[in-house]
Amino acid sequence: MVSSSVGRRVLTHAPWSRATWRETVFVASGVPLQFAGWAVVALPWLIWAASDLAVILLWLAVPLGAAVLLARPLAAAHRERCWAVLGVDIPPLPPRGEGDGLWSALGDLRSPELWRLIRYHLLVGPLIGLAALATVACWLGAFVLTTVSVYAWALPADSPLSLTGHAVRIGVLTVLGVVLLVGTPYLADGVARWDVGAVRSLLGPDVTTELRRRVEDLAEKRAGVVDAADLERRRIERDLHDGVQQRLVSLAMNLGLARETMADLPPDALKVIVEAHEEAKEILTDLRNFIRGLHPAVLEDRGLDAALSGVAARVPVPVRLSVDVPRRASSTVEAVAYFVVSEALTNVVKHASATSVDVAVLRRGDVLHVTVTDDGKGGASFGGGTGLRGLARRVGSVDGTFRITSPEGGPTTITVELPCAL
Amino acid sequence: MRIVIAEDSVLLRAGLIKLLETSGFEVPAAVGEAEGLLAAVAEHRPDAAIVDVRMPPGFTDEGVRAALVLRQEFPEVAVLLLSQYVEERYAADLLATHTSGVGYLLKDRVADVSAFLDALRRVAAGGTALDPEVVSQLLLRRSSSPLERLTPREREVLALMAEGRSNAGIAGALVVSESAVAKHINNIFSKLDLPHAEADHRRVLAVLRFLDGDST
Repeated sequence: MVSSSVGRRVLTHAPWSRATWRETVFVASGVPLQFAGWAVVALPWLIWAASDLAVILLWLAVPLGAAVLLARPLAAAHRERCWAVLGVDIPPLPPRGEGDGLWSALGDLRSPELWRLIRYHLLVGPLIGLAALATVACWLGAFVLTTVSVYAWALPADSPLSLTGHAVRIGVLTVLGVVLLVGTPYLADGVARWDVGAVRSLLGPDVTTELRRRVEDLAEKRAGVVDAADLERRRIERDLHDGVQQRLVSLAMNLGLARETMADLPPDALKVIVEAHEEAKEILTDLRNFIRGLHPAVLEDRGLDAALSGVAARVPVPVRLSVDVPRRASSTVEAVAYFVVSEALTNVVKHASATSVDVAVLRRGDVLHVTVTDDGKGGASFGGGTGLRGLARRVGSVDGTFRITSPEGGPTTITVELPCAL
Repeated sequence: MRIVIAEDSVLLRAGLIKLLETSGFEVPAAVGEAEGLLAAVAEHRPDAAIVDVRMPPGFTDEGVRAALVLRQEFPEVAVLLLSQYVEERYAADLLATHTSGVGYLLKDRVADVSAFLDALRRVAAGGTALDPEVVSQLLLRRSSSPLERLTPREREVLALMAEGRSNAGIAGALVVSESAVAKHINNIFSKLDLPHAEADHRRVLAVLRFLDGDST
């Protein structure tokens, strides 16, 4: 295996391999760009050597301004080069702040990105440029020297350039040429790697900044998704309320009317109507509970206190409820808090065999604290269909924290903290 | 008896009209939103208005707010609120200023035709009709001060009083004799330190105390 990988390495660095020539083209194509920075800075001095102080200052200011203005386009050109020649994608820098004028360009002086760019254009870039020139020179040398014996043979003996009689020298030069021919691909490869690395780290987006931007982006997107889901729940609630629920009430009412007005029907027929009526009422109750769990209208109108008193009252266990929310949270956060309490209470009823429950919802600063404590038998865990996992997930969807302590024998406490400023 | 209906669901509105008319009520107007309700009541001066809580334009608590205006401007018109959910907070709004001629029921209750019509008549006659669900919510929230002295049975009796039932109605609901109910009610009166006065007046006071458990 080792030998085969060595073999492949030698092959890719052969003077005739595509990779070698791609790297060489890449390295060579960078040269004009890499010296462009210095060219811009030095240009005025080449045209006219300044002696007057005012002119010196001007000659300092103009190249500086030019460097600032050119730094980003130059960087873009380097990135293009990486992509076009090597197929290496360097993500673009975040755009400079708003505005196109000179002032916003000067404001750019404060951004660390610009200084990374300038570091490349004026320091690292020119060094790479020199290395690139050396690479090109090595190639030239390699071709000239490996073919030196051909010149020696082709040139007439009386030419002043004739090498006749310098057989040893020709031999040495040819060997040197072969060495260069074999060695230069490695040099081209090294310089290309150096350049790509420098472009990536100095002309690409800063990793920390990039990550931060990405986190912000993702947080925003997630908030959008969570809000959309919440909106959707409300829409479904509204649709059910306006449609199915009204029709069911109407149906139940008609059956009720039939039941009361058609007392002279045969007992069997009346029994069917009575059963249908009872069934319709049960469906109504189920539907009402389902819709309320989805998103109660009262939550939107009157907030958590009103909505939670409704929930607490429906629970067959005595609930002590205290709500202290001086400023209302966003409707999404309120919906999560509501969901937490109503699910937690459902769990208490189903699993805890508790005799009382304490529910506290407090807003302290920008955090909504929700605590549900019961005096039941404890031992609650995330498994076993308790819905705790779903609760934790829903809390997590708004960046909240979810904690549960439930030793065997109780008591069970669920603590949830929801940030209100998303 | 003349009833104005405000209900935005066309189906249910038609159903209610049919129900009331077959049961000997007169429905001079039936409207679909709160604004129309006030105009219809001003025009027809009915005995009572049946009002849906959730109506256009906001589909939140328009009905409750309309009912409050109605009670203010036309005190002689009783209001029976219907809602898909009963919320203690809405009931508290409604009962904060008016404790007679108001009712608040789950919409589902219209399915129990005769019970619903009884509640409507009770409200139109100046009584109250609160949904058992509202009462249980109120009981939970008001479990403070003198009310805590009541036995569970007495609380049940008081809750039924708050729903607007008569002694006979309470006796029927709890399957006890009317005299037992009267005894419970007397205990409630004394435990809540209510002054000796006309029986109906004390009933109202007891219910008030019950609804407003914070005051002593």
